[in-house]
Amino acid sequence: MALLGKQERDALWDPVFNNNPIALQVLGICSALAVTTQLKTALVMCIALTAVTGFSNLSVSFVRNSTPHAIRIIVQMTIIASLVIVVDQVLKAYVFNVWQQLSVFVGLIITNCIVLGRAEGFALQNPPLLSFLDGIGNGAGYSAILLGAAVLREFFGSGRLYGHQILPLVTDGGWYVPNGLMLLSPAAFFIIGFFIWGLRTWKPEQVEVD
Amino acid sequence: MDPDSLGYIFINACLINNFVLSMFLGICPFLGVSAKIETATRMGLAVIFVMLVSSMCAYGINALLIKLNVEFLRLICYIAVIASAVQLVEMFIKRFSPALFRALGIFLPLITTNCAILGLALFQTQKQYNFLQCLAYALGAGVGFTIALTIMAGLREQLDLADVPDAVKGAALTLIVAGILSLAFMGFAGLGG
Repeated sequence: MALLGKQERDALWDPVFNNNPIALQVLGICSALAVTTQLKTALVMCIALTAVTGFSNLSVSFVRNSTPHAIRIIVQMTIIASLVIVVDQVLKAYVFNVWQQLSVFVGLIITNCIVLGRAEGFALQNPPLLSFLDGIGNGAGYSAILLGAAVLREFFGSGRLYGHQILPLVTDGGWYVPNGLMLLSPAAFFIIGFFIWGLRTWKPEQVEVD
Repeated sequence: MDPDSLGYIFINACLINNFVLSMFLGICPFLGVSAKIETATRMGLAVIFVMLVSSMCAYGINALLIKLNVEFLRLICYIAVIASAVQLVEMFIKRFSPALFRALGIFLPLITTNCAILGLALFQTQKQYNFLQCLAYALGAGVGFTIALTIMAGLREQLDLADVPDAVKGAALTLIVAGILSLAFMGFAGLGG
């Protein structure tokens, strides 16, 4: 990390704990809830989103001085959509099974508020390298929550981690009765809700003030 | 019920697989706009309209893209269509109901980034619905979104008076309540038979 100055380090690490896009800004919740039934799909989704956020920030930052203000949203949407198409095609080519499970959620990265939010809120004012790091940092903050939720849901919901059986299930002659609710949609809301609760108890300055 | 019939598609999108509560689409406006019942209902109506328009356009564009054999352009075309549809709705509302236009404010242009709408377009493509089925699906999804948004707004108006720890206020409480609501909506799962 010696290569990076304080500003760069902050851009990279701040979004992970202090200014987490999901927990504090409550952005990009949709996909966070939908892809977390298995650790593997969540991991692929995290990598995809981090890549898109990083590179969209980089590209938006490169063209920030030559983009007229009135059409900047369209420019940003085009950049993001093109990046998502690339990611979609790469996933389809190399990890077809996971791509099928993610179904429309790869495409939905386009409308993920984190990506557009960072492009609009950070990359428009900052130089390319810093914006790139900010994008990666926000992707990492998103990933932290997503992977946490996925570990909980897969472990308690089916006794597995990353597809490996950790707790032997009753149906296979073991002792663990899986908690089916963890795999269903309500659990996703509860887990993210409790995450935010926990984080705000730990860091009280993040509590919303009316 | 026949899974391809229009009635089933409508109920499926509206209740059984509610876009917000079981597919997690459109959570951002769901959390953002659901503080007051009145705004929530109006937002819901605008979303239904955008969904219908973009569903029709997406159906046509998809047919064209398949004909030209350039399906990978689907995402970028869909998002362009949705952005234009939102623009259209915005102009329409501004012309015929300036009061509603002011009430919706910033949330109107934000419908573009509502993932429920792009999700709808992508799902109807994936499920290979025909034109009428697309319309039923879009209407169902829009009505489902409005129902979820309105119920949530009603709950949140009550929650304002609740005495809860500071750390839970806001996002955490809303998400937990949404979880309970989603649990309730799972009861509709038997409806399809």
